[in-house]
Amino acid sequence: MSQPTSFLDRTKSFFAEIGDMTLFAGRFFGEVFRSPFEFKELLRQCYNMGNRSLFLVVVTGFILGLVFTLQSRPTLMQFGAESWMASMISLSIVREIGPVIIALICAGRIGSGIGAELGSMKVTEQIDAMEVSGTNPFKYLVVTRILAVTLMLPLLVILGDTIALIGSAIVENLKGGVSFTLYFNQVFDALKFSDVFPATIKTFFFGFAIGLVGTYKGYNCSKGTVGVGEASNSAVVYASMLLFIIDFIAVFVTDIFFEL
Amino acid sequence: MNNKENIKPVLELKDIKKSFGDNHVLKGFSLKLYEGENLVIMGKSGSGKSVMVKCIVGLIQPDSGSITIKDHDIITMGQTELDFLRTEIGFLFQGSALYDSMTVRENLEFPLRRHKDKVKNFKSTEESVKEALKSVGLLHAIDLMPSELSGGMQRRVALARALILKPKIIMYDEPTTGLDPITANEIIQLMRSIQKEYNTSSLIITHDVDCARVISNRMILLVDGINYAEGTYEELSNSSDPQTSAFFKN
Repeated sequence: MSQPTSFLDRTKSFFAEIGDMTLFAGRFFGEVFRSPFEFKELLRQCYNMGNRSLFLVVVTGFILGLVFTLQSRPTLMQFGAESWMASMISLSIVREIGPVIIALICAGRIGSGIGAELGSMKVTEQIDAMEVSGTNPFKYLVVTRILAVTLMLPLLVILGDTIALIGSAIVENLKGGVSFTLYFNQVFDALKFSDVFPATIKTFFFGFAIGLVGTYKGYNCSKGTVGVGEASNSAVVYASMLLFIIDFIAVFVTDIFFEL
Repeated sequence: MNNKENIKPVLELKDIKKSFGDNHVLKGFSLKLYEGENLVIMGKSGSGKSVMVKCIVGLIQPDSGSITIKDHDIITMGQTELDFLRTEIGFLFQGSALYDSMTVRENLEFPLRRHKDKVKNFKSTEESVKEALKSVGLLHAIDLMPSELSGGMQRRVALARALILKPKIIMYDEPTTGLDPITANEIIQLMRSIQKEYNTSSLIITHDVDCARVISNRMILLVDGINYAEGTYEELSNSSDPQTSAFFKN
């Protein structure tokens, strides 16, 4: 396939890709409820994605909470509003920063991994080999991976949020002498159902987007090893962009139902 | 081979045409493969050999023509039936196509676990895997990863995987390409011994003349998307036609 050169060609190519991706998503929904179900592979993918991202999420979450609190303290102190620290940090992290940052990290870690893995399977004919052996590669490779990210990302975000709040509590304890009990009491007082529920729901969509883009890019990879690199790279770029679009829509929808 | 007109072929292609845009790769290719036969398809690079073999296993849909495997037309067949029929066909890919995230054992177990109906009369999974690896002389590599194997060993494991469901037909896509002459010869001898042991019909895509000489019962030259010439190795290699004899010159 020749590379589009002009702006018009690129625009056409972009929309053609969006169309293809929509059909790909349609195929996913067509296959996901149809037997045979690949439970074993799904569990393996859940374990791989969850377990391998664990360390990254924990470190990122901890530093996020730590830095966010350190940076916010001076400003709140100017207004004598240090007592608001716990509620401000918890609302920011749970509603917005935690899900978005953890999802971006996972887009880089999981999305690029899926793109590269499926891409290399495609160019080395492993996907063809699977099909020839009478296995539906879309179901075995694509459906399981999309489901695994969709299911694991909310758990990773919840973990990341928790670790971020622990990081924040440590700063508050060291700098402001606030006890952990008081800090977490303030956190639980500040957080309402309308903060936690929509933020958790949107992480399922984030996970779906990361899985969809990664598998789409990998499954449709061509042009040999160069194509594998492109699949991996564009999986991250497209997924990150999609995450912000989903986040934007999620905030609007949340506002309609919960009046932020 | 003279009485073959009266025998039913296990695989038959009739007037297969396939184009990719303006590139007309196959322009009416036909073949018949009989039971226990080794049929070699030779052609230049880019002549459509791999496209043809991918049409046979349903990886590529031909534009027109018919493909019949054991009286089943695979073009009009549903996906479930096609998947079951695929268990009757072993396919050795040019680059081996071993699943690189799985060990050799898991690579061989994969088709067995997917087709429990077909393998219910087989030995246990463990024994079937060991038997297939033994037949290619790689039992000791059972727990290695594909990346730990040489090119020749990978090709042998791929052959063992292609054999594990005891197919009636085996397709070899450039089985000796990229291998040194000694390893290539080992693979050819292995293909011969497998054909004798399992009584399979083989379709071999190659441009390796030595491979064709040793293994073929019959050959077809694929030139410009059509059957250009057909016959035994001796008939074709002694042909006076310049395009045919060009394949056999060093």
